Amino acid sequence: MSDTFTIDGKTYQSRLLVGTGKYRDMAETEQAVAVSGAEIVTVAVRRSNMGQNPDEPNILETLPPEKYTILPNTAGCYTADDAVRTCRLARELLDGHDLVKLEVLGDQKTLFPDVVQTLQAAETLVKDGFKVMVYTSDDPLVAKQLEEIGCVAVMPLAAPIGSGLGIRNPYNIRMILENAQVPIIVDAGVGTASDAAIAMELGCDGVLMNTAIAEAKNPILMASAMKKGIEAGREAYQAGRMPKRLYASASSPIDGTFF
Amino acid sequence: MQIKINGDTEEVSDGCSIYQLIQQLDLTGKRIAIELNCEIVPRSQFPETILNADDRIEIVQAIGGG
Repeated sequence: MSDTFTIDGKTYQSRLLVGTGKYRDMAETEQAVAVSGAEIVTVAVRRSNMGQNPDEPNILETLPPEKYTILPNTAGCYTADDAVRTCRLARELLDGHDLVKLEVLGDQKTLFPDVVQTLQAAETLVKDGFKVMVYTSDDPLVAKQLEEIGCVAVMPLAAPIGSGLGIRNPYNIRMILENAQVPIIVDAGVGTASDAAIAMELGCDGVLMNTAIAEAKNPILMASAMKKGIEAGREAYQAGRMPKRLYASASSPIDGTFF
Repeated sequence: MQIKINGDTEEVSDGCSIYQLIQQLDLTGKRIAIELNCEIVPRSQFPETILNADDRIEIVQAIGGG
């Protein structure tokens, strides 16, 4: 039986979502995304640099929307207004495609979300017909509020964006999962494959990452490792792990010993 | 007349439409979105949208990002 997950009515095989920033060039981006097996890729919306590097391929030529679900993000926005404006431009850019990643930051040093602005922007965007996947803190109450507003996925951070510190508060993630009726995707903070596996073992529906792959010494190999980490963690979650015990439990039978 | 394009002051001819502007900027057929004075201009309205002096145009595209 195939193990798929669904966001806004569309079914995906891969539970790994990847960002496309920080790569050396477009060729490396393309290869890393391909090897990761990701079907959902985030992009940023920025001023077009007219005249400069006219020959450099556009990200949407490298990663065509016919092949990938393009998830424009509002990274770099510090107010609800800027985030809403960015989403509207992205929708125009992508011919009406209305799935977006909402991210409203509160502080340049931590890149933690400003949850007040995030809630405001989420409300405006949902009313405007957007399908919102929302980056937020690992606060279970805020996660629930974002779901109630109508976000199609809630994406708590594991640790600060780009920090690679891994899942800092698995207990909060578990509480978020317990209350959730929409997909929960860990977004940000993953550093290596075991971090991705831990997120999936907790029962998350997916993991979104960028820096962990792009800043690895060998990004292509790390993309492959992340794919496997996600799959291993998912299977372990479905298999149901053995209980932890304080003392040993022999693996070989006691009966039939001849000594 | 002068307008602002992505924050920079540029000279364009009177009566220039957004369609003509993106032709001049060699952006025809590119995946871009345009805001005129903070309002999105749908692609279908590029030919009929005529620029005025001191208009502020933002031309955006998708780039790599997390």
